[in-house]
Amino acid sequence: MMDLRELYQDIILDHGRHPRNFRAIENPTHVANGHNPLCGDRVTVYLTLDGNSITDVSFQGRGCAISTAAASLMTEVLKGKTVDDARSLFAQFHARVTGGESTDLPEPLADEMDRLEPLTGVKAFPARVKCATLSWHALEAALKGGDRVATVKTE
Amino acid sequence: MTTASLRSISAAPGGFDPRRLRRDFPIFANNPDLVFLDSAASAQKPRSVIDGTAEYYRTDYANVHRGVYRLSARSTELYEEARDKVRRFLNAADRREIVFVRNTTEGINLVAQSWGPAFLREGDEVLISELEHHSNIVPWQLLRDRIGIRLVVAPMDVTGGLDLAAFEALLSARTRLVAMTHMANATGALVPVERVIKLAHRHGAKVLIDGSQAAPRLPVDMRALGCDFYVFTGHKVYGPTGIGVLYARFDVLSAMPPYQGGGEMILHVSFDKTEYQEPPHRFEAGTPHIAGAIGLGLALDFIEELGRDNILEHEEALTGYGVDRLSRIPGLRLLGAGQRRLGILSFDLEGIHPHDVSQVLDQQHVAVRAGHHCAQPLMERLGLSGTTRASLGVYNDEEDINRLVAAIESAREMFVR
Repeated sequence: MMDLRELYQDIILDHGRHPRNFRAIENPTHVANGHNPLCGDRVTVYLTLDGNSITDVSFQGRGCAISTAAASLMTEVLKGKTVDDARSLFAQFHARVTGGESTDLPEPLADEMDRLEPLTGVKAFPARVKCATLSWHALEAALKGGDRVATVKTE
Repeated sequence: MTTASLRSISAAPGGFDPRRLRRDFPIFANNPDLVFLDSAASAQKPRSVIDGTAEYYRTDYANVHRGVYRLSARSTELYEEARDKVRRFLNAADRREIVFVRNTTEGINLVAQSWGPAFLREGDEVLISELEHHSNIVPWQLLRDRIGIRLVVAPMDVTGGLDLAAFEALLSARTRLVAMTHMANATGALVPVERVIKLAHRHGAKVLIDGSQAAPRLPVDMRALGCDFYVFTGHKVYGPTGIGVLYARFDVLSAMPPYQGGGEMILHVSFDKTEYQEPPHRFEAGTPHIAGAIGLGLALDFIEELGRDNILEHEEALTGYGVDRLSRIPGLRLLGAGQRRLGILSFDLEGIHPHDVSQVLDQQHVAVRAGHHCAQPLMERLGLSGTTRASLGVYNDEEDINRLVAAIESAREMFVR
């Protein structure tokens, strides 16, 4: 069996305990709820977009250490990125945690991807992959739905 | 397996030694490090059930209630003998009151779909409680949407038990059915069903009891309880999956229309008209889970051999030990289970999500359930998205609780600083 510390690396424990950007945005341009009916975890992702650029991003909700850390790290890497960057990062992240095909990212995004690397430990724990991707699915729903609150379910 | 072998070490509460009993459960030989604390989800199977079921397929298998040939007659005899074992297990008055279904869920759906539309009208009330499993909520919501009944929910009190006074106040002439759990699967709270049944009957309501968690843990006696319906599932009483039991008083069952149509449940079929069988066969359309019923019978033999009072004593003692050990862990809050808790230790660990707890526990081979336990309304009421739940079986002992406590301590070390 894989060492549990591969899953719960220090950075995950830290972000799980002290999530960054854990707040609501007053008047977000985009917002969505993510819900995992299997475990009851919920996350709300808030975005402020200026044109194509993400000027602010935050989240609230309750979940396990993995899903909280994943949401926290997501908000950190997304700030200042474009919507297209966000989508590329999600595609890449999704591929990494599910063991799917990953593509090369341009240099600045590749660095951000490295910051998400500790989360890819979930690959060895299939039941936990949804925990790592819940906030990203909510992000995607927010980008599609605008300020009308969309709800995305993963199970 | 003989009674003597089970009872040979009788120092333990319950008069049997769980550690020794474990030899009768092959899962433990195949998973030597396993600390199995998830029997409330599904219990492990004794060798007598596993081997007995296979033996039936090898030596006595044929369809039931059909063939004139000897093998079919023998198979029918074994199937009906299993029904007799269930009757004895429940102390029901009549073997015809025992209907084989797939599980508790199907038993409740059978009542909701057959008895419901036949005896309930728009505005009639079905009274459940906050302690219910989804399987005793959703079938009544489906019925509500279909025929316009009202679903009324009796609250729990601050201790986590059923609020009997509030329950009584909700009873009225409109209450036609009380459908309630015997023991809450998410918390282990025992419901005083004797009282519930008396009060409901006083108001002219029928009563259905969900015995999923109670049947494996304490003696249940239909003639003493006097309920109209009692439902339990085979896989939680150390029997196979895919087989369960609906008990219904014979006069109630006889007045109910068929649930599903097909073979087995008919007397005569023409394209104009079909005459149905008497209960219980009216409710067992199609070839039944014959081996499942036989396996269930063997599981009930196993339970009777251990002694149901002994099992209760064992579970009570171990529950008490578990409550004592767990409540000493800083930041651990046991969910309230009212006046009497049995076999289930459901808890919240401050600062650690149940999935993270159970992940760490699994690393140490401690198997528990994490999440909402199919009781989301109850979790919502408690303000939790889920809990970690350890549940006991006949094969558990204090050493298992000690391993659980040690694993929780290591989860705290990892997550709480």
